[in-house]
Amino acid sequence: MGTWTWFHKLSSPPHFYRIAGKMIPWFAIPAALCLAYGLYAGLVLAPADYQQGDAFRIIYVHAPAAWLSLMCYTVMAVAAAVGLVWRIKLAHALAAATAPIGASFAFLCLATGSIWGRPMWGTWWTWDARLTSQLILLFLYLGYMALRSAYDDLSKADRASAVLAIVGIVNVPIIHFSVTWWNSLHQGSTVIRRGGPAMPPSMLIPLLVCFLGFTLLYAALASIRVRAEVLRRERHASWLSQWSGRAGRAE
Amino acid sequence: MNDFLAMGGYAQYVWPSYGLACMVLIWNIWSALRTHREAKARAERALAMAAADTAARKI
Repeated sequence: MGTWTWFHKLSSPPHFYRIAGKMIPWFAIPAALCLAYGLYAGLVLAPADYQQGDAFRIIYVHAPAAWLSLMCYTVMAVAAAVGLVWRIKLAHALAAATAPIGASFAFLCLATGSIWGRPMWGTWWTWDARLTSQLILLFLYLGYMALRSAYDDLSKADRASAVLAIVGIVNVPIIHFSVTWWNSLHQGSTVIRRGGPAMPPSMLIPLLVCFLGFTLLYAALASIRVRAEVLRRERHASWLSQWSGRAGRAE
Repeated sequence: MNDFLAMGGYAQYVWPSYGLACMVLIWNIWSALRTHREAKARAERALAMAAADTAARKI
């Protein structure tokens, strides 16, 4: 089967629904293993930081949450743009499925950052470029979801919310570069920086495993949520009746 | 063990962060599964209604 045929088949809702369902354990099980090892290693195996002591261990939940909040927004905006330009319902479904996941990790990033800031900076919050732009990211997610829920008509909700998602993407590079562009209390990049990561392997490897675990978890969660979005859009489609015979037992 | 729990004096910051992370992870799993379950139930209801409609029209 050629790539194009495969892609074409994937874009049909029943196929997509089935394949997304089959993918869930392939994402969820490695995600669970990575998170179990990464968080354990971050808490127990990694040495304490010479400056920040054990408080630095917050990085193992804070940085992957920050990464996921930015990755989710990018996925959401790109999917929304694809949906808008090529009128692909599945792309809108992916954008809608991604928003609540991204919002929850933007919240986790802000909350853990605030807890970390208290002992390191002496304050829970400051209106600094990094913190403010990350807060705006959370508001963009919430605005996107509120806008969607304001429409009864799904296709109208898809189009209107897509515009918001696309406009909001300017905030993503602002967040990433905020620590370089402005004087910020927030420390600079630890992992992705010129001259390589600013961490010994005993600290870095658990962090990378956490990044991988969070990302795989996103894939599993998005697979579940996107199936729900497909069902919402295909409620009256004939393919659904294939499994309605086994009512309640559909995968 | 107590040393570990004390987190070098930062226990009050480290443990709530990890607790919050666990809560967000659990919420995500629960919420995704619930969203899918509800969407499936709605789709099945819509299908049953459509089937009943077709049956009624035949009579």
